[in-house]
Amino acid sequence: MVGKWAKRIYLSLAYIFLYAPIVFLIIFSFNSGKSSASWQGFSLKWYVSLFDNQRILKALYYTVLVAVVSSLVSTILGTISAIGIDKMTGWKKKAVLNINYLPVLNPDIVTAISLMTLFIFFRLTFGFKTLIVAHVVFSTPYVIVSVLPKLKQMPDDLVKAAQDLGATPFYTLRKVILPQIAPGILAGFLISFTMSIDDFVISFFNTGSGVTNLSIEIYSMARRGVSPEINALSTLMFISIFILIFLANKKDLIKNERKRGKVDD
Amino acid sequence: MTRVKKLLSLAVTLIVSASIFTGCGSDKDKVTINVFNWGEYIDESILKDFEKETGIKVNYMTYATNEEMYEMVKSETTAYDLIVPSDYMLERMIKEDLVQEINFDNIPNYKNIDDTYKNMSYDPENKYSIPYLWGTIGIIYDKTKITDNIDSWDDLWNSKYKNDIFMSDDMRNSIGVSLKRLGYSLNSTSQEEIDKATEELVKQRNELNAVYIGDQVKDSLLSGERNIAVIYSGDAAVLKQQEPDRFEYVIPKEGTNLWFDVFAIPKNAQHKAEAEKFLNYLLDAEVNKKNVDYIGYATPNKATLELLDDEVKNDKSAYPDKEVIEKSEVYIDLGDFRKAYNDAWLKITSK
Amino acid sequence: MKKSKSIAQYPYIVWSIIFIVVPLFLILYFSFTNSGGAFTLENYEKLFQPNYMKVFYNSVKLAAISTVLCLILGYPIAYILSKLDPKYRTLLMLLLIVPMWMNFLLRTYAWMSIIGRNGIINTILKAIGLPTMNILYTDTAVVLGMIYNFLPFMVIPIYTVLIKIDQNVIKAAADLGANKFVIFRRIIFPLSIPGVMSGITMVFMPAVSTFVISKLLGGGQYMLIGNLIELQFTTVGDRYFGSAISILMMVIILISMAILSKYEDKDEKEGGGILW
Repeated sequence: MVGKWAKRIYLSLAYIFLYAPIVFLIIFSFNSGKSSASWQGFSLKWYVSLFDNQRILKALYYTVLVAVVSSLVSTILGTISAIGIDKMTGWKKKAVLNINYLPVLNPDIVTAISLMTLFIFFRLTFGFKTLIVAHVVFSTPYVIVSVLPKLKQMPDDLVKAAQDLGATPFYTLRKVILPQIAPGILAGFLISFTMSIDDFVISFFNTGSGVTNLSIEIYSMARRGVSPEINALSTLMFISIFILIFLANKKDLIKNERKRGKVDD
Repeated sequence: MTRVKKLLSLAVTLIVSASIFTGCGSDKDKVTINVFNWGEYIDESILKDFEKETGIKVNYMTYATNEEMYEMVKSETTAYDLIVPSDYMLERMIKEDLVQEINFDNIPNYKNIDDTYKNMSYDPENKYSIPYLWGTIGIIYDKTKITDNIDSWDDLWNSKYKNDIFMSDDMRNSIGVSLKRLGYSLNSTSQEEIDKATEELVKQRNELNAVYIGDQVKDSLLSGERNIAVIYSGDAAVLKQQEPDRFEYVIPKEGTNLWFDVFAIPKNAQHKAEAEKFLNYLLDAEVNKKNVDYIGYATPNKATLELLDDEVKNDKSAYPDKEVIEKSEVYIDLGDFRKAYNDAWLKITSK
Repeated sequence: MKKSKSIAQYPYIVWSIIFIVVPLFLILYFSFTNSGGAFTLENYEKLFQPNYMKVFYNSVKLAAISTVLCLILGYPIAYILSKLDPKYRTLLMLLLIVPMWMNFLLRTYAWMSIIGRNGIINTILKAIGLPTMNILYTDTAVVLGMIYNFLPFMVIPIYTVLIKIDQNVIKAAADLGANKFVIFRRIIFPLSIPGVMSGITMVFMPAVSTFVISKLLGGGQYMLIGNLIELQFTTVGDRYFGSAISILMMVIILISMAILSKYEDKDEKEGGGILW
C-alpha cells in the first residue's frame, strides 16, 4: 500500500515535531547568552548557577515533595476506596463512580477554581496543605480507575478460598488481594506522580504563602524571560527520566528476547 | 509481592526523608515575612543580604498587575506582610480598610525620602505608605528599524507599523493610552469617552494586529519580535543601558501616566515589626542604590539619588523633565466606574 | 455471588462529597448569585451577550480544528506504530510519551522561540531565501500549541485499540480476498472507533479549556474561555460571573461527552478501565 519509506519518513517527522522544543531547550541550556533569541557560544555556567538559584531549587523541592506525598496519599486512599467500591452494587455504586469521574472529565481549570472557592469559603490559609489536598483530589480518581479493573479481573473464588482455608480478612487483604491488584496500584501511583509533577492550573489556584512548584515558577518567568537555569534543570530532569525509562525497558527487552528465543525453538 | 514490598519501603523512606527535610529546611525558629511585589522589581540578592544581617527570612512572591494583587490580598488566602500597590490601588485599599497604618518610629531611614513624594493625593496624611519607585509609561522603539520621528500616542496607530506593535496587558495602561490620544483624561468616567477609546483600541487590534503582553516585552523587544511598544520607564532604561544605540524611549506630547509604587502593610499582616525593619533596610542609601541600579526605575530616595552615576541620573527615560511631569496624570481609583473599564477591556481583548 | 459490604468505601464517599461535590455546588450556587447575595440570572444574561458568546465560539472553533488535525495527523502514527514489530513499537511508544515528562509550560514556551519572528523557523527560511512567516501571536500559533501538547493523547488510545484487534479477523478477511484498502475500511477502522472517540475526548476537552497556550502563544489579548475564567478569578474579582462561565463550559463539555459516549465501549466504563 503505502511504501515502507513513506511510513518511516512520516513517523520520523512526527517524532521530530514532538522533540523539537525539547532539543531546543537542551541546546539553549548550553548557551552562554541569557536570551534564547541568539546563540552566543557554548557554556556550562547555567548548570553551575542553577544550584545557587534559591527560587528554582525551592520550586523543585516543593514539586517533588508534593508529588511524592500526594501520590502516596492518593494511592492509599484510592486503593482502599477501589476495594470498597468494588463491593458496592446498584445505584449507589454508579453514583460513586460517576462522581469519581468528575475530576477526570472536568477541565482542570474548573476543578481548580471549584476547590479554590471551597477553600476560601472555609477561610483556609493557602499553602502546602491546600496544595496537597488539591493534588490528592485530582489524582485519586486515576488510582481508582487503575485498580478497579484489576479487582474485577480477580477471580471471586480466590478470596473465598483463602477464607475457607482460615485466613483472616486482613491476611487475605495482604497476601491475596493486594498482590493480585499490585500492577494496578503501581500504575495508579505512577500516573498520580506524573500528573502531580507537571501540574500547573490546579496548583496555581490552590497554593499560597510562598509554596510554589516548577510550573508556577516557569509561568511567572515566562512573562519576564525564562532564565536558562530552567533549561539546565529541565535537561537534567529529562536525561534522568530518559535513563530510567531506558533501564526499565532494557530489562523487559531482554526478557522478551529470551521468550522469543524459546518460542522459536 | 516482593516488588510491592520494595516499593512500599521505598515510599516509607521517601516520606521519612521528606519530613526530615521539611523539619530541617523550615527554620521554624526564624521569623519569615511574606513580601508580595511586582515581578522583576527588586534585586533579589538584597533579600539574602537582609536575611544575613537580621536573621529574618523573606518569602518573596510576585504579581503582574495591581488588580491581581488586590484580589489576592482581599481573598486572605495568604497573610502578606508587605505589598506594593500603585497610587490608585493604595487609594482604593485605604478606602476599603485593607491596609494598616505604618509605625514610622520603626523606620528611621524614612528621612531619606524626598519631601516631594510625601503626602501625595492618594495618601494625604502619609499614614499608610512609603514610596518605593516612580516612573512613567511611554513608547519605546528600535531606532535602527524605525527611523521616523516618534512623539505621539497616535504613532501607535500608524498603519506603517502593522504587525509591529506591542501594547501593555495592564488594563489601565492601554485604555489610558487610548484616552490620552483622543485628548481625554486617563481617569475618565465618561462612558462616551471610554467607548470611543475602546473603539480605537479594537480598530488598532483588527487593522494593525497589536499584541498585548506584560513583562516579557523586554525580551521580545530584544529578540526583535516587534519593534515598537508601550513600556514602563524603568524597563526602557534597562533596555537602553543594554543596547544604547538601538532603543529610544519617548514620552508622547499628549502627556502620559505618572505612577508611584509604594510599600504598604495589609491589615492581616502577621509580622508588622519585621516588615517595618525590612522597609528601613531598603531605604538605606546604599542598599537602595544597589536596587535601583538593577531595576532601572526612578527612586524617590534623595540620599540614593546623590550616590547615583550621572549617566543614570540624567537619563530622561527614568528621570524626566519637570515639564513632562506637569503634563502627566496620576491614576486615581475609579470606584464604581471600574466595571465599565472591565467591560471595555473584555471588548478589546476578545476577537 | 453475594458481595459483602465493606467499610472501605466510606472514607472515599465522605472525601468525594467534601472535595468534589460540594465545590461544584458552590460554583453552581455562585453562578446564580451576585455580590449582594441575592438569587439572580444576571451572570447568565451577561454571558449570553455577543461579546462573550464570541469567546465561546472561538474556543470551540479552535479546539475543534485542533482535534480534527490531531486525528488526521495522529491516526496514521498510531496505525504505523501498531503494525511494527512488538519490540520496536513499545520502545517507540515510550519515546512518544517521554516528551510529556518534560514540563508542558516549558515546552510551550520553547515554541515561542521556535516560531518567533527571529526564531529558528524563520532563521532557516531566511537562510534559504524564503520569506519569513508571521506565526507567533496568531490563531495558527495557538492551534500549533494545542496540537503539540495533545497529539499523544490522540495517538495512545487509538494505538491501544489497534493492537488489540484480533489478527485472525484480518487474516480471515484476506483469505476471503479482501485487499488492504478494504480491510482497513471495513474492519480495522470500524474496530478502532472506540479509540478514536477516546482520543477526540481527550484532546477536545483540554483544548477548549486551556488558558496557558492561548496566553503564551496568542498574547494577552487572546481570549479563550479558559482565559476568561482566569481573568474573572484573578484580576476582575467577579467570582459570580466566573462561576457562570465555568458552569456553561462544563455543560458544553458534558453534552459533547454524552454524544461521544454513544460510540464508547460499554464494558470499559463499568470497570473504569481507561487504561487496561
